[in-house]
Amino acid sequence: MSERGERSGNERDWPLFEVFIRARTGLHHRHCGSLHAADPEMALARARDVYTRRGEGTSIWVVPSDSIHASDPADKDMLFEPAMSKIYRHPSFYDLPDDVENM
Amino acid sequence: MYTQGLNQAVEDGGPEDAELLARFQAKIDREEKIEPNDWMPKAYRQTLIRQISQHAHSEIVGMLPEGNWLTRAPSLRRKAILLAKVQDEGGHGLYLYAAAETLGISRAEMVDRLLEGRARYSSIFNYPTITWADIGAVGWLVDGAAIMNQIPLCRCSYGPYARAMIRICKEESFHQRQGYEAMSRLAEGTAAQKRMAQDALDRWWWPSLMMFGPSDADSPHTGRSMRWKIKRFTNDELRQKFVDATVPQARLIGLEPPDPELRHDEESGHWRFGEIDWTEFNEVLAGNGPCNRERMAARRKAHAEGAWVREAATAHARKKRSRMAMAAAAE
Repeated sequence: MSERGERSGNERDWPLFEVFIRARTGLHHRHCGSLHAADPEMALARARDVYTRRGEGTSIWVVPSDSIHASDPADKDMLFEPAMSKIYRHPSFYDLPDDVENM
Repeated sequence: MYTQGLNQAVEDGGPEDAELLARFQAKIDREEKIEPNDWMPKAYRQTLIRQISQHAHSEIVGMLPEGNWLTRAPSLRRKAILLAKVQDEGGHGLYLYAAAETLGISRAEMVDRLLEGRARYSSIFNYPTITWADIGAVGWLVDGAAIMNQIPLCRCSYGPYARAMIRICKEESFHQRQGYEAMSRLAEGTAAQKRMAQDALDRWWWPSLMMFGPSDADSPHTGRSMRWKIKRFTNDELRQKFVDATVPQARLIGLEPPDPELRHDEESGHWRFGEIDWTEFNEVLAGNGPCNRERMAARRKAHAEGAWVREAATAHARKKRSRMAMAAAAE
């Protein structure tokens, strides 16, 4: 990742950007892919050409890929397993009398 | 599940940890996706790099035979459609290069391999598009065959490849339709137009069947790719599906595939077809097809002539960064 992010005078080293698109007002921006560009401005122009040819977006974010910090897949169980057993965090866990229709 | 085949040494390293391999295979068997940072066997990584980059190169080189007709399309409608299709192919190449990059190979390395003739692309793009009907045939048959191949790839075990394929398949569904529509118009036109359509079918039929690759008996890695769920169907199974779907489409518009042995097998419901000329296929793969040299020359020329644009963009970005740094320092 750091190798890709390095900036030198050669287009071979253009950094990688992650592309996020908002489909409609009111929705989150969602990750849709990545691309190489010399700078953020060019990344936006390319993202528009590559990822919105069919009206998929009303707004684009581009983020240098090397700015993203990711959790380690090896830590998956440690991080996420504890939440699996806490079913009382969901409303369907609770017993209510049948006569209570909406709660 | 432990499998014998996986425990063998791969070309670029020693034997791999049996327990990691077993866990990897179990994950695939549960239909879970493999993601870029997950452990994977070296051969799985290399197979995918080869397959995805070849696929990307095919999209890029595939722009050339159709680009040939952009300025000569018979109407503004056809021209707009063809332009949109060629733009899609460029986009699809980029999605696929990005998917391959997640496996640890750089874009520049993949492009180098293509331009130096070290990487392959689909043999089909080494055939010429000499009439307008060829553009119809390319959309109908070549994209039709590609879609047949690509739909199962949407369920490929490697997440980034599967996600790219979902997007590509969605966008490509119009590619085949527009080709079939163009062929239908010619087939219902004047006698000369119909002859042109039949001639295009005659020339593209067999190369399209070759797109599915060698027959199963000659594809040594099919078993492994299927076990890894990179492949879901064998080459011969996909080829048969394509023939079964396409023969009725041809007859519906009054055209006939150029195969005297073509017959419908009532019992199995399949269309049986004649022997493919594998000598031709191997010749095209070896670089001796009608347009191999022309295609590579066109890609090298485009890359060389685009160098100044890449250099200018790099210089511009560098200048902007240094101006911003100076402005920040002055504050």
